[in-house]
Amino acid sequence: MIVGSIAGIGAGLAAIGAGIGIGNIGGKALEGMARQPEAASQIQTTMLIAAAFVEAVALFAEVIAFLGTGQVN
Amino acid sequence: MILLALNPLVSPDPGLFIWSTVTFLILFFLLSKFAWKPIVKALDERERSIEDALSKAEMAKAEMAKLISENEDLLKEARLERDSILKEAKEIKDQIVNDAKDLAKSEGAKLIEKAKIEITNQKLAAMAEIKNQVSSLSIEIAEKVLRKQFEDQGKQQALVNDLLKEVKLN
Amino acid sequence: MDLSHIFNSKKILRASFYAVLFSLFSFSANSQEHAAADTAHEPATAEHGEVAEKDEDISQMILHHIADSHEWHFFGNVSIPLPVILLTDKGLVTFLSNKFGHNDHGTEIIDAAGTQLVNYHGKFYYPSKVKSADGTYISHDGKGELLNGKPLDVSMTKNVVSLLISAIVLLIVFIGIANSYKKREGKAPKGLQSILEPVILFVRDDIAKPQLGHKYTGFMPYLLTIFFFVWLNNLMGLVPFFPGGANLSGNIAVTMMLALCTFVLTTFNGNKNYWGHVFTPHVPWWLYPLIIPVEIIGLFTKPIALMIRLFANITAGHILVLSLISLIFILKSVFVAGVAIPFVLFISVIELVVGFIQAFIFTILSALFISMAIEEKHAEH
Repeated sequence: MIVGSIAGIGAGLAAIGAGIGIGNIGGKALEGMARQPEAASQIQTTMLIAAAFVEAVALFAEVIAFLGTGQVN
Repeated sequence: MILLALNPLVSPDPGLFIWSTVTFLILFFLLSKFAWKPIVKALDERERSIEDALSKAEMAKAEMAKLISENEDLLKEARLERDSILKEAKEIKDQIVNDAKDLAKSEGAKLIEKAKIEITNQKLAAMAEIKNQVSSLSIEIAEKVLRKQFEDQGKQQALVNDLLKEVKLN
Repeated sequence: MDLSHIFNSKKILRASFYAVLFSLFSFSANSQEHAAADTAHEPATAEHGEVAEKDEDISQMILHHIADSHEWHFFGNVSIPLPVILLTDKGLVTFLSNKFGHNDHGTEIIDAAGTQLVNYHGKFYYPSKVKSADGTYISHDGKGELLNGKPLDVSMTKNVVSLLISAIVLLIVFIGIANSYKKREGKAPKGLQSILEPVILFVRDDIAKPQLGHKYTGFMPYLLTIFFFVWLNNLMGLVPFFPGGANLSGNIAVTMMLALCTFVLTTFNGNKNYWGHVFTPHVPWWLYPLIIPVEIIGLFTKPIALMIRLFANITAGHILVLSLISLIFILKSVFVAGVAIPFVLFISVIELVVGFIQAFIFTILSALFISMAIEEKHAEH
């Protein structure tokens, strides 16, 4: 039970980091698109790929949390 | 990690793994053989045909433009030729008119000259006639006058004397 | 990639309308299922006689919904039993899942064609010799690990049936489209063909071509298959009633299979350049012992990240929807529904987009990894 909770806290912390990261990516991409609307589609693709990489961090943490909750059963 | 029992969520189920692998591979082969190949081919072909059609249209357009410009050139040329022909015709006409004018002038002048000469000739002839007539008349008149005058002998003598005087002077 | 059409207002209106409809369905279906799950767990709760078990029940219910199962549950007590196929140490054993009742607490030994089995939380194990203290034939060690052996379970579970349905749908749809391409050669697309053609072109022009360059044609079938497979299963997972409802693309075995396919493709297509980058990286020689293991680990983390990304995204979405609905039962007030339902709607609409984006990400990352493997010239560091 406690192991699961600690893993959950860890997942939450990782989500904070990933949230900041994705926020940054989105903000910068928006800035870029506003500055160069003609490159918008390229920026969008790259943004999604970068966001996917950052998101993976949070998801790893989520999976670790799942691993932790295995103890409960 | 060993402490943590695996949550059923994150432990891959071998049965499902086998099923999904087999199904996915079969799906992949069937789809790539019967679906993706013809679809991608058809899409590529259609794209190519559209591109071809577009390039053909472009070519036709260029051809059309070329034809039009050629036509225009021809027209221009024709117009120029017409102009030049007209100009030439005008020149010829002018020349002919001028020639005619000149000819007429010179002919006229000649006629006038002739007429003048004729006139002069006639005049001279007439003058000569008149002179002759005047001289014969004057001779007749003189004869008649003389005859009248010289009915008197003295007067004849005086005249002879005068004439003689004049001869001396000469 | 041009996603601007997604933000087209007319389409958004229509999409949100469908999403509303769909979420209403999902709510009713989920709540019914929950009610059923609740009653199913009631005896256990009563047995333990603990009120605190209630929360545990809800997380059990959520896990139960996300996990695979041997029967396809419709509503109330209506469900289709699915065939169970077990490769036991005494040979192949097959039976319909409802043949031995619905006891999944491991308290009953079932005898399938001479093989002694026990159903514990929807999985079949060999029973222990003696009954444990909690009345089950399952024995645990001190750390909560199960000690019972289990046969290889290759049953046609809910996920397998859903997988087969999605495969059949894909085959029918795309072979149909291929035929209409043949029939209407050189003409404008029509019907289903015109709906899916932009998506196929999207995969080709926005995923394959930018990543793989002129070598994209050979990988088009794989990328298209993986894209439509993931997308269809994401969407089917969001549909709460029969043809959907199985959490297939949120199952780690399936995502592992998909990631493994990409990994195999990457490994077998890797050229000299790719392997050279792994085994003779552009670093001073004394860094090799550090860099080469890192590069080798990097080979494996890429597909593992692919696997976990898809699994966790889809599973997280399902957990979120189920948790929001469960709020009503946790707080035991119907008024919570006023907050929970709009939230479920919101999350469902997001999940529709996520379903597409995850399919896109999975495909574009596969294409990216393949392109890294087949890249001819490598930029010097």
